[in-house]
Amino acid sequence: MTTNLETLPAADKKSAGAGKPTNHRKPRESRGTLAFSRAQRTKSLVKHAILILAGGLMIYPLLWMVVSSLRPNELIFREPGLWLESLEMSNYTSGWSALTHPFGHYMINSAVVVIGSILGNLISCSMAAYAFARLQFTGKKLFFGIMLLTIMLPFHVIIVPQYILFSQIGWVNTFWPLIVPKLLATDAFFVFLMVQFIRGIPKELDEAARIDGAGHPRIFLRVILPLMVPALATTTIFTFIWTWNDFFGALIYLTDPDMFTVPVALRAFVDSQSATSWGSLFAMSIVSLLPVFLVFLFGQRFLIKGIATTGIK
Amino acid sequence: MSAISELSSLSRKKGKATAEEKKANGRDNKAAYIFLLPWLVGLVAITIGPMLMSLYLSFTDYNLLQPPEWTGADNFIRMLSDARLHNSLRVTFTYVFIGVPLQLAVALLIALVLDKGLRGLPFYRSVFYLPSLLGGSVAVAILWKQIFGTTGLVNQVLAMFGIQGPGWISDPGTALGSIILLHVWTFGAPMIIFLAGLRQIPTMYYEAAKVDGATTIQQFWRITMPMLSPIIFFNLVLQIIGSFQSFTQAFIVSGGNGGPSDSTMFFTLYLYQKGFGQFDMGYASAMAWVLLLIIGVFTAINFIASKYWVFYDD
Repeated sequence: MTTNLETLPAADKKSAGAGKPTNHRKPRESRGTLAFSRAQRTKSLVKHAILILAGGLMIYPLLWMVVSSLRPNELIFREPGLWLESLEMSNYTSGWSALTHPFGHYMINSAVVVIGSILGNLISCSMAAYAFARLQFTGKKLFFGIMLLTIMLPFHVIIVPQYILFSQIGWVNTFWPLIVPKLLATDAFFVFLMVQFIRGIPKELDEAARIDGAGHPRIFLRVILPLMVPALATTTIFTFIWTWNDFFGALIYLTDPDMFTVPVALRAFVDSQSATSWGSLFAMSIVSLLPVFLVFLFGQRFLIKGIATTGIK
Repeated sequence: MSAISELSSLSRKKGKATAEEKKANGRDNKAAYIFLLPWLVGLVAITIGPMLMSLYLSFTDYNLLQPPEWTGADNFIRMLSDARLHNSLRVTFTYVFIGVPLQLAVALLIALVLDKGLRGLPFYRSVFYLPSLLGGSVAVAILWKQIFGTTGLVNQVLAMFGIQGPGWISDPGTALGSIILLHVWTFGAPMIIFLAGLRQIPTMYYEAAKVDGATTIQQFWRITMPMLSPIIFFNLVLQIIGSFQSFTQAFIVSGGNGGPSDSTMFFTLYLYQKGFGQFDMGYASAMAWVLLLIIGVFTAINFIASKYWVFYDD
């Protein structure tokens, strides 16, 4: 059974391979507004009302945080509305320089870890995925099963010895403990995602390349990789968001303020400030969420496809 | 196809080699192991090695400075009388068994409303999905700490109606509830999976039911629920595994101490305090294995129970 991220609305269990058409639903456009009865229109209005209310409730705290970060500090505790009387940028300037280093320093640290992790995941996971999806070898089923199991393995079971290992190499307070595991394809989830994708690429393409005398490295680099760009994009985006947000790993391995990534810097900010500086705390929280929000805005298509196909957080 | 169904089909097909594998010269071990090399090294050095090591450490007394000292089952016996640990288990179970069903119910409900050819679907979907991307961040945990604080947003709104709200996160009775709410707030990811699943249900089933005079509610229980049950199961397994490991939100909201009076002391938070606060690495390792065991048991129960309610039509 194969699932192609591009062609299937996915998260499928069986309909793809069962030989029956997957989509019996009428095209949405054909239900023209002309056919709408009054009852249907009321029903749809009610639905929209529910959704707008629910959506508004969901997003309100975020909007309020943005607005509050642009307000004088004392208003945060007595102004639940979204109305802005003046634009106060002082929270941003004071927040930016509130810690040992300017906030940009932590963002650069985070960026280094993120870029390293993305490269690591792209290279190592795609290689492993090619082997699982296209090559026959001894122990394939066993390894594949182990790989699937490691997706569900709690991080905490390995964190203590991993910490001991990395501290003995002298890697505490470096970015290596956060990047090297990615270079070794420990984010098995992405291996699985890519295996799924490669299975959807027609095998004839490999065969044709093989007849032309290409070996596996060449087939992988010249045939498979260019065709699996959507899966690579999904991997890149998810790795970006997860690594950017990663708190636990950074909390354990990065204790020197020079090396702080954004989440641990924010945490240090919470600890160091009294309740009076919520404004600048909010401002830097917004700054920290901005990259994730931008990625969400431009990469949504891949996010939704990736999540629907493989079902992840 | 999900990782979970893949795994179960793998165990079903055991022993039966496919035609592909029977091809005489079909093996390329050398190339395969080269491609797998990074993953294999990671598996041994980052996953299995540390797992075995932590299993060993769980039977020792180890503080990073002196070499580990074998103490037998001492750590596990200590756990039996560790009241804070028992409390942390209670907190974690409450979080998982209230938070996960609640989150999935909301996700399913919104997915059902969104499914039926609604105008503006991509917009709504984005709005509902966004929180689940941001929910794991420290920034949102900070926001939560303010919103549910004594003078936070929630109480400001309540004050407009003349209600004096409690200090939600400073009151041991409501602090955990606030964090559960944060979990429910991130229902967007399972919602997307439900949406994709709903789209796979052939409309002809509904049309046939309509011809037979089935009501909307009957259609929901007789068609939607059975057809969607594998997806519900998938979401349930993943969310339970994930929720047992929740850490960041409780850590930030409680200022790292699991307070007030240990009411948000998640198991993982206690593990962190034992291991990386007090450097009681042996005890922390033992706790990690208990966590693995708990997650394993609940996943197994899930799989066994699924035979009775999950419907596979193939």
